[in-house]
Amino acid sequence: MDGGFVGTAQEAIALDARSFDLLCLTVACVLATHAPHLPPWFALALILILLARWLQRRRQRGRIPAWMRLAMLVAVPAVVVAAYGTPFGKQPGAAIVCGLLVLKLLESERVRDACMAIGFACFILMSALLFTQSLGMTLAVALVLLPALATLRTLQPGLPDDRLLPAFSPGAVLLASALPAALLAFLFVPRLATPLWGAPGAGTARTGITDRMAPGDLANLLIDDSVAMRIGFDGTPPAPELRYFRGMVLWHFDGRAWLPGAAADRDAPPEAIASRGSGIGYDVTLLPTQRRWLFALDVPVAAPAGALLGPYRTLTASRPVTQTLHYHAYSVSSYRLAPALDSRERAAALQLPSGFDPRARALAGRWRAQAGDDYAAIVSDALRLFRSGGFAYNLAAPPLGRDSIDDFLFGTKQGFCEHYAGAFTFLMRAAGIPARVVVGYHGGYWNGYADYLLIRQSDAHAWSEVWLPGRGWVRVDPTSAVRRVLLAGVGADATDVDEDGGWLLRWRDRLDVVNRWWDQGVIGFDALRQSRLFQPLGLPRAGWGVLGAGLAVIVLLALGVGALVVSLRPRQTPRDPLAAAQRRVQQRLARAGVERAAGEGPRDYYARAAGILPAAAEALHALGAEYLALRYAFREPPPERVRAFAQQARNFRPRRVVK
Amino acid sequence: MDAAARRRWHGKLPGAVSRLPMWPRLRTPERLPVRLHRNRIYILPTRAGLGFGVLLVAMLLGALNYQNNAALLLTCLLGTTLAASMLIAWRDLQGLTLQAVHADHAFCGERMTLHLAFEDDGRARRGLRIAVDERQQACPLQPGATQATINVPADRRGWRALPRMCLSSSLPFGLFRAWGWITPDLRVLVYPRVGEDGAPPSRNDDPRERLPGGDEFAGLRDYRQGDALRHVAWKASARRGDLLVREFDRAAPGSPLRFDWFALPGVPREPRISRLTGWVCDAYAAAHPWILVLEDGRTFGPAMDAAHYHRCLAALAELP
Repeated sequence: MDGGFVGTAQEAIALDARSFDLLCLTVACVLATHAPHLPPWFALALILILLARWLQRRRQRGRIPAWMRLAMLVAVPAVVVAAYGTPFGKQPGAAIVCGLLVLKLLESERVRDACMAIGFACFILMSALLFTQSLGMTLAVALVLLPALATLRTLQPGLPDDRLLPAFSPGAVLLASALPAALLAFLFVPRLATPLWGAPGAGTARTGITDRMAPGDLANLLIDDSVAMRIGFDGTPPAPELRYFRGMVLWHFDGRAWLPGAAADRDAPPEAIASRGSGIGYDVTLLPTQRRWLFALDVPVAAPAGALLGPYRTLTASRPVTQTLHYHAYSVSSYRLAPALDSRERAAALQLPSGFDPRARALAGRWRAQAGDDYAAIVSDALRLFRSGGFAYNLAAPPLGRDSIDDFLFGTKQGFCEHYAGAFTFLMRAAGIPARVVVGYHGGYWNGYADYLLIRQSDAHAWSEVWLPGRGWVRVDPTSAVRRVLLAGVGADATDVDEDGGWLLRWRDRLDVVNRWWDQGVIGFDALRQSRLFQPLGLPRAGWGVLGAGLAVIVLLALGVGALVVSLRPRQTPRDPLAAAQRRVQQRLARAGVERAAGEGPRDYYARAAGILPAAAEALHALGAEYLALRYAFREPPPERVRAFAQQARNFRPRRVVK
Repeated sequence: MDAAARRRWHGKLPGAVSRLPMWPRLRTPERLPVRLHRNRIYILPTRAGLGFGVLLVAMLLGALNYQNNAALLLTCLLGTTLAASMLIAWRDLQGLTLQAVHADHAFCGERMTLHLAFEDDGRARRGLRIAVDERQQACPLQPGATQATINVPADRRGWRALPRMCLSSSLPFGLFRAWGWITPDLRVLVYPRVGEDGAPPSRNDDPRERLPGGDEFAGLRDYRQGDALRHVAWKASARRGDLLVREFDRAAPGSPLRFDWFALPGVPREPRISRLTGWVCDAYAAAHPWILVLEDGRTFGPAMDAAHYHRCLAALAELP
């Protein structure tokens, strides 16, 4: 054997039953991590094949016949293509590699096969994180590393017996002890500012708010419990009734849906704002939306870094949000927005498609005729209609016909924020009041454990803004009027934590604190934040060089510390003063030229030394006799005599033999 | 790995690695006890380890490209874990001390069994493998059980230096292999090859006093260390699950057989030694007294006990 590279005959050894069981367990766990995004029948088929193979090998060792393996090798991609229509993309890819992993198991008979299968399994395991990066999934994937490492351990000799558990311990201990180094490496591995290939996040289903609002569009979103963003305020959080988070402004109504339209140029300056009172700063952790809109508390004063403040005081990121994004924004709650409206904007804010909803137009006309130019009175008329006109809040609103506003106002009278905001804005425009629809989030859930506001997709909301002379754009939320009246008793309008909301609620809060930490600290740790890693130390921006050097230092340090820890051995026996004294004599004799030969007993050694060093002969005889007596005459030599012997040994200084 | 692949692989080895065993310290035999100090343990990834390294790089690139921090974190975790496993392999060997070697008798052409006694320092060395000439044997050590038994080839008779041994460990995952060389300064005596062929030994006048045949044995007894393997009653042993040795009737010792160097004129030297060895073995197995006469005139016997047997074989082995 000449080197570490040399493969051994060991690799061709047949796999024992324990290794194979663990291998099957590993593969099953890997399949489980991928199961959520595989077609259920496909996952089930793979599990069944795995089970069949396990049972087959328990009965009799041996590979599945080659023709069967070949057939499955063709079948797996064919089935995937049949199911997805393409072999490319994230989900078809995951399905194919999962199938191939199970196929690898069918031919795993030797140690080498198992080793390859484990490597393959680890790779596929990591790819499960491309689908979700949640804390739970990450922990699950980390746990699956345990059976994988245990399988590798069983391929080495020296495991006591057939039990499975001892095989897990080296992997578990090593994973735990490698965690600090892994965290450091995670901090220091230089991130790519732009991807090397592919478009990250492409092909994922888009969730969240869209820029088209038609009755019923948001219904699915409003029952989606997943987290949209988390917001921590710099000071006191705004009152619940002020928690409106502005996403985008919709101007154009085409008879059915509200669309962004274009009242002003994209790069026009933001509408003028005159704020009263001080504003509030806050940190937003926005989960990936695959879109460019950002959300800000109504209304933002300035754009955060990397984002643009649009003409209607909405925020837009420079790139689609494919990763968890952090930004710090600043908003004022008491403001006067766009005190003056130019003619183009006024025209856009009064736009209505002709030939739709005659009854609503007529109603708005009557209001206008009654109130004249008192816009506020018309707004009150509309809100009164919603409040006392028999309207109900209902997520399962009945479908609407061609004249959707008329149908809603005079027919079904049931709906949710989209219906109310759309109808209200329509009525305002029909009455000659400039109005527009704003889409975003409203409310949220105050987590008292870590003081942040949790916004879920179900908090998506739409409201209106009307332009009143002298006051500018004023937010009006017709839905809240309806809900307050109709659902106050149910408590659906409550947005704050119920202090004694039960243990389940409290645990959910705590869990979400952990999730928030994960999303902010780990998932959101990007190239930008990495480059600021050393700012506290006075380094302005950490580039690749600094990071690489840091990483190298960490690797070396970790290895060094590890080697130290590993080589530290507990002292096996308590120190033996007699042996120490004897060693001292031996060292001095060796320096004098009389070295103790291997296998030479103490009696012979002392005698020989006395012969070579006649000057010290007397002392040597005395030392030798005393040592032998102490060593062999007692079970436990009296300590005072041992001390005396040690003293003699210290005093013993033989002179070097002159050669 | 077959031989061709091994050669191919060796061709790619860095020069320094393949030259390591040439370093004088690694070649010079050392007195026992030999301690595998940390500065003589080498470590390199195995082929599986290299494969895992490639996989880890792929995972790292993937995680970085898709800006997937969860995958990146776990890739870092897996990477550091596997790197740390290197230390386990190293620790498995570090401080290992070979204290004594006991060699069983072996004839040339057979394999010699070596019993290696390691110091019991209270640590288990579960992954220990010992390799002599390409053949690796797993020898896990436990506190209280620190003896390892390996086979080495005995291909020349006489006093042979113990071969260099490679102690290695791939614990815990087989991705790194730590190894160190030990060359104990010990010599072992290899008995000559046993000649299977050849005429019957020169015998005394009485034709009745032949060596008894194999079927005239007196009984079976338990195997004792030092018994020649050829006397083991394999079938009976297999039945009992324990080694049994055929014992031959010693009740009627006839006049001693005479195995004379000079009685084999014309036979070349080594075959002649082999034939004499074979006769000695047969006579000992048959419990028949014999006399051995060597070329330098030394005469052993007559006797038929184990001491005589080993004296004769040693003398034959030591022949120049």
